[in-house]
Amino acid sequence: MLDASEGYTTADGRKIGGVVMEMKNITLRFGGVVAIKDISFDIREGEIRAIIGPNGAGKSSMLNVISGFYVPQEGEVWFHGSRRPAMRPYEVARQGIARTFQNIALFEGMSVLDNVMTGRLNYMKAGLLSQALWRGKAEREETENREAVEKIIDFLEIQHIRKTPVARLPYGLKKRVELARALAAEPKLLLLDEPMAGMNVEEKEDMSRFILDVNDEFGTTIALIEHDMGVVMDLSDRVVVMDYGKKIGDGTPDEVRNNQEVIDAYLGVAHD
Amino acid sequence: MFYREAGDFKTSYQADSQTFPIKFDRYRYYVVLAIAFGIIPFVINDYWANALLLPFLIYAIAAIGLNILVGYCGQVSLGTGGFMAVGAYACYKLMTAFPEVSMFIHVILAGGITAAVGVLFGLPSLRIKGFYLAVATLAAQFFLVWLFNRVPWFYNYSASGQINAPERDTFGIIITGPNAPAWATYLFCLIFLTACALIARNLTRGTMGRTWMAIRDMDIAAEIIGVNPLKAKMTAFAVSSFFIGISGALFFALYLGAVEVGEAFGIQKSFLVLFMVIIGGLGSIFGSFAGAAFLVLLPVVLKVVGADMLGWPTDIVAHLQLVIVGGLIIVFLIMEPHGLAQLWRVAKEKLRLWPFPH
Repeated sequence: MLDASEGYTTADGRKIGGVVMEMKNITLRFGGVVAIKDISFDIREGEIRAIIGPNGAGKSSMLNVISGFYVPQEGEVWFHGSRRPAMRPYEVARQGIARTFQNIALFEGMSVLDNVMTGRLNYMKAGLLSQALWRGKAEREETENREAVEKIIDFLEIQHIRKTPVARLPYGLKKRVELARALAAEPKLLLLDEPMAGMNVEEKEDMSRFILDVNDEFGTTIALIEHDMGVVMDLSDRVVVMDYGKKIGDGTPDEVRNNQEVIDAYLGVAHD
Repeated sequence: MFYREAGDFKTSYQADSQTFPIKFDRYRYYVVLAIAFGIIPFVINDYWANALLLPFLIYAIAAIGLNILVGYCGQVSLGTGGFMAVGAYACYKLMTAFPEVSMFIHVILAGGITAAVGVLFGLPSLRIKGFYLAVATLAAQFFLVWLFNRVPWFYNYSASGQINAPERDTFGIIITGPNAPAWATYLFCLIFLTACALIARNLTRGTMGRTWMAIRDMDIAAEIIGVNPLKAKMTAFAVSSFFIGISGALFFALYLGAVEVGEAFGIQKSFLVLFMVIIGGLGSIFGSFAGAAFLVLLPVVLKVVGADMLGWPTDIVAHLQLVIVGGLIIVFLIMEPHGLAQLWRVAKEKLRLWPFPH
């Protein structure tokens, strides 16, 4: 298996660095229901890490633990070499973790531009007075961050809907705007919760290309949940497989594909 | 035909994020400002000031304040009357304690005090939402009115329990009391309204406004992408109460002159301002103006048309007003939840394409 400190080289020759995020023995319970049972895995710098599993396996709960929305009862979350104390989700966001949601969670009443600009809140420091007068720091920040946001908008090819209210957009574009909002934060770790759910083949291809481009161009570390096995196997460098809250497999797509437990979980197994 | 944004190119992000990106809008805004500041003060008389202009200006400030809270941040409040009372009584205490200080300072300080009270009563919003928050702010409304009725210190132990605005000036011009000229009170309120509207617009088009709207549209997602809900909600309550406090101070000191708290700042006032915001348009500064103008104008128009021209009895006209306002609110909630501002927006979109339908 892999060494904890050093990276590895992927099949297509990309260098993967050290551990960015490490989950150590995470257990998450909702009352009597155990959503995640003693799971450990790591995410390394620059890699695309997938979390897969059948429905109800605890994938989304895992993502919610990473983004700070759920606090696990047991276990530790290590981010950039230090243990993360219990903190509010917005503090986790400040640390450089951005995410998208399974059911699009855009701000429907705002334009695309404003939605993407909210992704840059961490870079906005102007005080109330400066903002009220639209002078000095507030105006400067607005322009600087607008420039950064425009780069993301160009990158994801959504220039034409910049000023459109989000509520008017079709589903596929909303997904893309949500990705733009997460990217605007220039995250160290990007979490994608089913980025291709409900898309047709063409939209899936677009989204896959964007995910690969993001990883390639910005070197962003990505953790994603996805049900489309073809997409997962093509995109990801390493895969965690979950079933009923437990980890049943972890490794490269090929390793996972040939793992008997994984096959059993997906295809079912005869019980005697 | 005349209203075009094509060809109106922007070459910088500042120009693109300005308040009126379309040239036509910008010029219209300058014209309105020029008329309001340059012409009306010279032609104004007491009737116009007291029947129309002062209430419009003052309610518009209150509506902007409430719109920030309800329309932009999504936190329902029924405590507007109570917060206006805080502004009024703060202004009264300041006016009587420091008679030599300019009214400008008093009104701004009254706004500041109201902002602090607003934050205090906004704290429950961290835990509760929607109807429950509305009830919590309703408690603020009743508590504040009770407080100003029952604690004599607030009305300087006067026998009537009322507060009366003493004569005060700013830059040597009397602006409160019975001897204040109409143009001076008008200009004083107009300056505050203009400043409040500009501040509100600047806040809502920038970072602060985006955090408010993010909380309004989806608070959980907002927190996960980095909005501190405590900060967002408390600033919304503070800024909103600041404006409402200013409007309360002006309402008392410049418009009414004498105030009995339950009568002037009761629950009806909370509803009136809320109706302005709903009819005008939630989440729109222009809507605050439109709503205030509409509800100030409506009784006057009805009186002129009904009582003076058609000769109906005045009590019927007064009741008719209630019926119309009530009906309109239902119509707006069903047909156009975004109010007059949305109607205006749709009209502009149509105008932009005119004479073509698409």
